[in-house]
Parts: sequence; C-alpha cells; structure tokens
Amino acid sequence: MMDIKKAMAERILFCDGGMGSLLQARGLKPGELPGTWNITHPEVLVEIHQAYLEAGADIVTTNTFGVDALKYNEQLGFSVEEVVAAAVRNGREAIRRSKRPGFVALDIGPTGKLLKPLGDLDFEEAVQLFGQVAAIGAREGADVILIETMSDSYEAKAAVLGAKENCDLPVFVTVTFDERGKLLTGGNPASVIAMLEGLGVDALGMNCGLGPLQMKDILKEVLELASIPVIVNPNAGLPRSENGQTVYDIDPEEFAVLMAEIAGMGARIVGGCCGTTPEHIRRMAEHCRDIYPLPVSKKARTVISSFAQAVEIGRDPVVIGERINPTGKIKFKQALREHNLEYILREGVTQQEHGAHVLDVNVGLPEIDEPAMMEEVVKELQSIIELPLQIDTSDLTAMERALRVYNGKPLINSVNGKEESMHGVFPLVKKYGGVVVALVLDEDGIPESAEGRMKVAEKIYRTAAGYGIGAQDILIDALCMTISSDSRGAITTLETVRRVKEEWQGKTILGVSNISFGLPVRENVNAAFFAMALQSGLDAAIINPNSDAMMRVYHSYRALMALDDRCQDYIRIYAGEDAKRKTVAKSPAMDSAPEQKEPEKAISELGMSIERGLKEQAAGAVKELLKTRDAMELIHCEMIPALDRVGKGFEAGIIFLPQLLMSAEAAKAAFEILRESMQAVGSEQEKKGTIVLATVKGDIHDIGKNIVKVLLENYGYEVLDLGKDVPPEKIAEIAVERKVKLVGLSALMTTTVPSMEKTIRLLRKEASWTKIMVGGAVLTKEYADSMGADQYCRDAMASVNYAEEVFGH
Amino acid sequence: MADVMENWLKFGGEFPWNEREILRYLGHCGQEIPANVEERIKECCRELEQAVVIKAVWREYPLTVREHVLDMSCLQTSSKNLERNLRDCEKILIFGATLGSRVDGLLRKYGRLQMSKAVILQAASVAMLETFCDWQNELLRKEYQEKGWYMRPRFSPGYGDFPLECQREIAVALELSKRIGVMLTDSLMMIPSKSVTAVMGLSQKPRFCSVQGCEACGKKDCVYRR
Repeated sequence: MMDIKKAMAERILFCDGGMGSLLQARGLKPGELPGTWNITHPEVLVEIHQAYLEAGADIVTTNTFGVDALKYNEQLGFSVEEVVAAAVRNGREAIRRSKRPGFVALDIGPTGKLLKPLGDLDFEEAVQLFGQVAAIGAREGADVILIETMSDSYEAKAAVLGAKENCDLPVFVTVTFDERGKLLTGGNPASVIAMLEGLGVDALGMNCGLGPLQMKDILKEVLELASIPVIVNPNAGLPRSENGQTVYDIDPEEFAVLMAEIAGMGARIVGGCCGTTPEHIRRMAEHCRDIYPLPVSKKARTVISSFAQAVEIGRDPVVIGERINPTGKIKFKQALREHNLEYILREGVTQQEHGAHVLDVNVGLPEIDEPAMMEEVVKELQSIIELPLQIDTSDLTAMERALRVYNGKPLINSVNGKEESMHGVFPLVKKYGGVVVALVLDEDGIPESAEGRMKVAEKIYRTAAGYGIGAQDILIDALCMTISSDSRGAITTLETVRRVKEEWQGKTILGVSNISFGLPVRENVNAAFFAMALQSGLDAAIINPNSDAMMRVYHSYRALMALDDRCQDYIRIYAGEDAKRKTVAKSPAMDSAPEQKEPEKAISELGMSIERGLKEQAAGAVKELLKTRDAMELIHCEMIPALDRVGKGFEAGIIFLPQLLMSAEAAKAAFEILRESMQAVGSEQEKKGTIVLATVKGDIHDIGKNIVKVLLENYGYEVLDLGKDVPPEKIAEIAVERKVKLVGLSALMTTTVPSMEKTIRLLRKEASWTKIMVGGAVLTKEYADSMGADQYCRDAMASVNYAEEVFGH
Repeated sequence: MADVMENWLKFGGEFPWNEREILRYLGHCGQEIPANVEERIKECCRELEQAVVIKAVWREYPLTVREHVLDMSCLQTSSKNLERNLRDCEKILIFGATLGSRVDGLLRKYGRLQMSKAVILQAASVAMLETFCDWQNELLRKEYQEKGWYMRPRFSPGYGDFPLECQREIAVALELSKRIGVMLTDSLMMIPSKSVTAVMGLSQKPRFCSVQGCEACGKKDCVYRR
C-alpha cells in the first residue's frame, strides 16, 4: 500500500466528486441524515465510491460530511462510532472491489454551528467533536483526513487540532471562498494559508462555493503563497434553482477542460464537489493525464495572520503596538487587577487607529492568574480587532493557552538562546504555528559584541531547524541596551541588525523604546534610533504607535525609501498639519483662553457637555474644574444632576436613546478623569452596590443588557457583567458567591423566555435575598409578574430607578 | 430606488438609506435630534456600508393547503396568519438574506466600547436589511409577474403564529449555511444576527390590497410595531 504523501509528491492526484446529489438520486430524503446510509445502504455507498475509482479517482472521500456527536447519537439510533466506522469500511471495500490502488480520505465537514464569539459553539468542544471522528476514522483504516468546506478559519483550526491530536494521518484542508476570494468570516487566501501551514497540514486548498472558472483567479493567488501542495475541488459551476432542485451551469466536458487548466497552473490534487459526478471525474482525469505536475516550491515568506488578514514581515516595515503591557503603567496594572477588559480593548483599538499593524499582548502581573488572563484577553481582542497579535509572555502555560485559542498565525514573543527556553518554546511553535521573536541572549547573558550576538542567533536558527521550524519563522531581536548605561549599546544593536540581514537575509525585530531608558525626553532618542534601525534593515519595530514622533519617523521613512507610492500615505496623514499650524500661530490668545474662564461658566459647561453628549468637552471641563474644586463635589453637584436631567428627559420622551447613551459616554470620560485624580490623593469613590447582569441562556442578543450596564456604572454601581447565553447555574453561583442584592436578566426572544423563568426559579432557591429585575423586547409587565420577577424594566432608565430603590439611594 | 440599489451593490458608496426607519428602530418619536447625534448616525451608516457583505438566496416550491396544513414540500406547518397571507397561492418562494458576519463584529466591538454607536448600528443594520429585502423582493415580484404569477408580501417565521421552529426546515431547504453563511443556534436564532428568512406566496390571481410588514403580523403588543 502506497503512502499518499509519496504519491502526491510524484504526480497529480485525482479526488472524487459530489456525494449528496448521488445519494438523493438513489432515494435519500430531504432532511434525512446522509451519514446513516453508511449503515443502512452500504451497497449504495460502495457502488458510488467504486464508480469514482473506476472513473479515475485516486482518493475516495467517505460519506461522513457533517457527521459528529452533535447530530449523531444513540437516541437517533446511530452513533458517530458506528457511522464513521461503516463509512471507512465502505471506502475500503470499494477499493478492494475496483482492484485499483486508491486512498480513503476521512471526510470532516463543518459542524453547522458557528464558534464563539460569532456563534455558540465553544472552541474546545469543537476540537473534541472533530477529534472523535478523526480517531475512529484512523483506527478503521483511513489513509488521510480531509477537512473540507470550512468557511471559518477558527473552525478549520479546531478541526486540524482535533485531527492531529488524535491520529498520525496526513491532514488535508480545503476552505470555501466566495466570489471575492473571502471566507464567510472574513479571511482571505493569505491569512488562511499562513494559519494552515503554521499548523503543519500536508496539503491545502479550496472546495465548494464556486465553479472551476471562478476558482482560477483565487488559485493564482494561492499558488503564489503556498509552500505545500494545493487542492482544488470546485462545484460543477454556479448553482441555480429549478423547481426546488439545484442545478449547475457547466457540463462534464467544460468542467474537465477547466480542471486541466487548473492542474496546469500548479494544483496538485484536483477533483469535484457539489453537482459533480463520476462522469465529470472521468473526463477530468482524461484531460489531466498528460499534464506535467509543477513542483511545489517553498516560498520562505515571513507571514503572520489574524482571522481576517495576513501581515508579511520583510517587505515594508511593520509597526507592533507595545501598549498592551503593564510594565511601568499604574493604570494598566489596576485594569488587570480589576479585570477591566474594556480598558485593555480600548488600548488595542487606539493603537490600531494610530496605525499599528500588530498588537503586542502582555498581561503578566505577579498577583494575577496570567495563563487565564492571557487566554481571555486574546479571545476578547480577536473578537473585536482584525489585527494579528503578538503573544508576549515568558510563562509557557500562558503561551500555550494563547496559541491554542488564537484564530490565526501569531507572532510569539519570545524565545532566547537558553536551552530551556528553546526546548520549551519551539515545540509550541511547531504545533500551533507562529513566527517567533528570538532574543540573542543565552546562559552566558547578553553578548557585548555583535559577533557574540550573531553566534547566539545562529544557535537559535539551528535548534529551531531541528524542530522543523524554518528561518522564515524566526525574527532575530538584537536587543536594545539603554545608552544611558552602555554608550555603545545602540551601535552594537544596529550592527547586529545589519549583519543578520546581510549575511543570512534574516528578519529582525526590536523593542525600540528600551534604548532611551533613564534619559529625559525619551521620545527624542527613540525616534532617532528608530530611523537608524530602519535604515539598518529592521523589519519590525515594537513601539508606541500613539507617539507622533515615532509615527512621523515611520511614515517619513516609507516615503523616503519608495515604499509609499507617490507619498500617498504620507500626504493623507500629514497634509492637514501645515494649515493647522498656520491658524494656531495667528491666534496665540486661543491657548490661554480656557484659563480665563469663570468657574461658574465652566461648571455649566461640564453639565452641558454631559447633557449634549460631548465627550472631549466634558473631559476638558472636568480637568479645568479640578484645579479649583474637589472631585466628590463635582460628582454630586455637577455630574449626577446632569445625568438626572438627561434621564428624566429620556423618560419624558424629550431625549431619545442615542443621545442618552452619548451623554452617558461623556459622563464616563469625565468620571475617568475624576477617578484618576482621586486615586492620586489616595481616595476612591465608594460603589453604591454590586449588580449582576446577564442575558439568559440561549439568547445571544446583549445590546439591551449593555445599555443598562453603561447607565448603572455611571450611577456609581459595580456591574458584574456575565455576558450573553449565560446558564442559570452560573448566574446563581455568582449571586451567591458575591451576595449580590440585585440581579438583572435580559431576554430578547420568545424562545428564550423559558430560560429566564428557569433562572428566576433557581435564584429564588439559591439566593432568596436577591431582587430580580428583567427586561427585553418580548417582555411585558404581566409576563414578568407571572415569572415571579420583582421588577419589569421597560427601558434602561427604569433599571437605574429600580436599583436606586433597592439600594436605598 | 431600484437603480440606486443596483449601483450600490456593484460599486459601493452610499446605500439608499431609509432614515425614517432607522429613527423608528431607535425609538424616536418626534424628539429633537441634536447635530452631534445626527452626525453619529451618519458615521455609523458609513461604517456599515464598509462592513456589510449582502447575500441572498431563494428557492421555489409547490404549495398545497389541506385542512389548515400548509405543505410547502420542504416544510409543513399550520398558521392562521400565514394561511391568510397565502390564500389562492399554488407555489411558494422561500427566501433568505444576510448582511454578513462583519456587522456582528462591529456590534460586538461597539457593544463593549461605545454603546451609542452600538444602538445606532443595530437600528441602521435592521433598516438596511429591510431595504435590501424589499428591493430584492420587488425584483422577484416583477420577474414572476412577467410569467403570470403574482407574488405575495414576505412573511417570516416568528411573525404572528408562523412558528419559529420552521427555521430549521428553511435552513435545510435553502442550504443557508452553505449558500449565504447563515447558521442557526439551538434556540433558533440566526447567526450572523442581521439575517432574514421568509416565505412569499405565488398565485395566479392578483390581490390588490396587500397588507404587509407590521400590519400583516398578529402580534399586536410588539414594541417595534408601526
């Protein structure tokens, strides 16, 4: 029996074609689970597989698309175990009967559910579901795992991990692109290839969704990027519906001609998907038979990715935002201790807005559970920001947890030349994929000379190669030693950067800001050093993208080095500045204007800014007022009355929802400034009480709950936001643990109201002291009463009023 | 409107917004709209135009009605409201549409960081989806009218007494997840959240007074009722 990897290296392999329509033609009813036919109609399956083999297919795909424990279980009468085992047996039997050499590919399709945070399926649960199928298939004698029709990179990753953790078979993955070359969840060929190659799959490509014609353009891009064999399994053209039946727009001959072109372009495994039949495959095999397989070349590109985009390192300098890091930041440390994820997310969004291409993520603080926090922050960041992340930790557990849940191929910060570090980090890089930052230090410390640093770098490259990690996946960090203690620090670093580039065509990275440690006006030195490092060939810089000085260097460098076509980016960013300077120069009085403001006027300005929802003005006014007045006094005499006016206006129907929320946001911005000033003098505003908020189990709409949260926080309550789709047990557990006096539940759909009722019953039993308020589009007062809630809140203000009543304010 | 929509689908730019609908979903009832709020609504509309990937799918099935059971061959159900809506119909179009998953990404982001934008995006995306469905349905109506079939207004599972459970059969019949990337949760919600499924009856008899939208729905206590 020949090894499929060997066969694949020698010639173009042919996959089989569609299965579903052939089963329907033989009597599979709509809605009937196709996998059950492996057991109830084995002869039909063997016959179909055999027809494909006789048509020329090398690979038959088992009838296990969508077979997993979510849909197949004992109650149904057919377990995953039986179905998968029978499916592989049917494939093997067909090969035996056809007397042709052939391979059985265990088919793994999507679960039909979306993973969190898009949907409700947990990542690890998905890994398990896929793993179970892979383990059975391997045991029953499949030759290869074919993960196919994946339209979400995250689910594809779960499937690859499930397969690789449960068997040693080769793994092929094909994804489904739309006409624009995008996955449904937003990925593109570059991001998908980076992730899949990082995970170590054996072949990758695309199937379904499109016909061969539409796939050709995407294939061109895929072939330019991929370093492993490429698979193309299109539909028989584009579908259209005729009397409820799907028909495809090209015939077997047209299909075959196009597939021959595809094989000629360099695809190494070709076959069909929906609408294709043994006849399509027979003609395809005939047309492709004499095509010489193009070699698969290593592209040696350094690429990282997020779920949505890829970033290549080495062509155009890459800016890595350094701000998600507690080192030396009191507010950040506090946010970590208080589990204030919003603060961290905001840091991410701000850096993105200032032009970062990648975000460094470091959440190490001695007093917190770093692995848990790292996993959570990575999940949160990737759910709202499309930039790739750099996992920055020295804790291997935290690193692995982050790599596991990361949706893409990350940067990993870092490994160094110490044996312990290399043998700890490289296995993780190998398993999950990633580009790793390599610090040029080892057991003997940081070498003083560039020559010494090169030696350490060389050792790291060599050890990585032993793990199967190529040089393209390593970024050498030549290390910046501050020039305040080592006057030659910058010179040595720059020389190392230059030599790594010149002698090995290696890729480099630097944490630029370290260079100025201990000096005044660090930005001066950082900016100059950044320019020098770029000129020396630096590929990626870990900097503060919110610093104008640094970004000026970055944009100027790109314009100067012909990396910015016709200086378009530079002009877009800085064109407005000349004009601005002129106006400022003409009216010097403007700067001092706020100083002369009457205190009375500033007071009303704060209230007015809050009422109108003007965030910047509110923040400015509060800073001004703090010069003369006490923070608590401002809260009670200015801000709360303003919020009350807006709240009353909302209740009276004078102010509508967006304005209410914009006011709340302006107030929040002002509160943050007050809070800082209070902390500076060691005081803290006491919270009025703690309230639990949750959207009930089964419900994934959380907008109403989030509105309530914003308002309650402004009124001084601590809100424990448990999120959406929260099981009753979890809500009760927190209510008991924190002895909370008030729980707010939201449900938006009639289908999830029973789950609200269940939560109320459980709370009554476990936390009898707690008051329960409920809200949501489908609820009414009568409904709330009948469920036994204490209060129905028709809108967000009503929940604030009820909280004030419960906590006696 | 038809040309504007086609133009937008092909080339992007400004979507034919129905501002009144956005305001209705925001609970607006005549209040003054300050300039900064209006500005933010516009900003959200621009952001949505960038984020959406609108997709739609439909299929035609025969329809028979026997003893209050509506048999659309891919699904059987009973619903008085729908039965009235489908009177004299012999065929049915099952329809699905979505704005895509990036809209949910925006809602998630602003739900964490800036609620004022989250609520506006929520309202604007619903309005956008409705406008798109209206346009798409109008095209279908014309297409069928040329063939001598009259199309009834669309009616969605969950409207009135049309059971939400029918989502399951509709998802299978339209291959929703494969064709337009829409999946169902266990509680029958659609993901991406800004998605719609509906049925439209086809009849050889015209019906001139066609009640549609909120007025066709039996849920008189709905907060969004016009």
